[in-house]
Amino acid sequence: MSVIGVVGAGVMGVGVAQNLAQCGYDVVLVDKDEETLDAARATITRNCRMSALMGGPALDADEILARITTAVGVGALAKASTVIENVTENWEIKQRVHREIDEVCAPDTVVIVNTSAIPITRVASLSSRPAQTVGVHFMNPVPAKPVVELIPGVHTSQETVQRTRDLLTGMGKKAVEVKDSAGFVSNRVLMLTVNEAAYLVHEGVATAEQVDEVFRGCFGHPMGPLETADLIGVDTILYSVEVLYEHYADSKYRPCPLLKQMTDAGLHGRKSGRGFYTYDG
Amino acid sequence: MANTHAQTIRAFIVGRHPQAELTDDQDIFSLGFINSLFAMELVMFIEKEFGVSLPNDELRIDNFRTVSSMAELVERRLAGAVSA
Repeated sequence: MSVIGVVGAGVMGVGVAQNLAQCGYDVVLVDKDEETLDAARATITRNCRMSALMGGPALDADEILARITTAVGVGALAKASTVIENVTENWEIKQRVHREIDEVCAPDTVVIVNTSAIPITRVASLSSRPAQTVGVHFMNPVPAKPVVELIPGVHTSQETVQRTRDLLTGMGKKAVEVKDSAGFVSNRVLMLTVNEAAYLVHEGVATAEQVDEVFRGCFGHPMGPLETADLIGVDTILYSVEVLYEHYADSKYRPCPLLKQMTDAGLHGRKSGRGFYTYDG
Repeated sequence: MANTHAQTIRAFIVGRHPQAELTDDQDIFSLGFINSLFAMELVMFIEKEFGVSLPNDELRIDNFRTVSSMAELVERRLAGAVSA
């Protein structure tokens, strides 16, 4: 079986790499420095430990890590049949990385863009092979989420879509194919919901606890929108809303000033210990 | 001792879910308290608070289902550490 390249060893890239390795694929995981790659290996070990406790399969971390080669820089992607890019949702960074991927990869490589907001056709415009560029919006945590959004760009070929579907099936995922549109289905709705929930707190209509209790209690959602914001990262929410606002030039996506203030103040949610809620340790 | 462990573990869970009224024998999975992040926090809390290490084969749902089962797990690990 050929090697799958995974670019970016952040939360999403690590999840994708682990999921692939769990399903028997050989993976090369690349990022810009060794520290990030070391942290990625530690995260995979921890995730494997926790798997059975969360109702998933019992996983052998050593066996899974044995299928993942790590490397600094994109050079190691030359041998990959498919590359899944998972860098941060920042257009400048995405541009730079996709130009590098384009230079180093073999001509028949399929390039999958893992994004929650950026239009695929825009990313494909950077590539010399737009027919082989396709979007997949993976959900976090990747190994535990069975459904993804699959997004062909304007120029994506049917063959690329089929190869991507086959890979996703091999990863145990069901793909819901939707048209290219900034934010796709999930985040056009979710980001508006979280943004509006932040407005309710900002305007003093309700506390974060009250907003979340309404969603949990009335709708049966396992988490309220502001707990979700803390989990995703308040800064990430803000950037996503800003992408939607910029792309559609529609005032319904106006970012809540509270999200901006919290982002400036470093109140980024769980990862910084404080967001709409406070977290220990 | 298990009783004290149970109190400590219950206080940790209730600290994260202040609206909860939790007895030692309620199933925290069926109550919806457990997501992957909270499960990890719970494992880390138990390891740090009681100075025990939890091997992979102890990280099973049955060991974490109730406050009592977690307290028993801690007792078992502490006893194992002493006899080892």
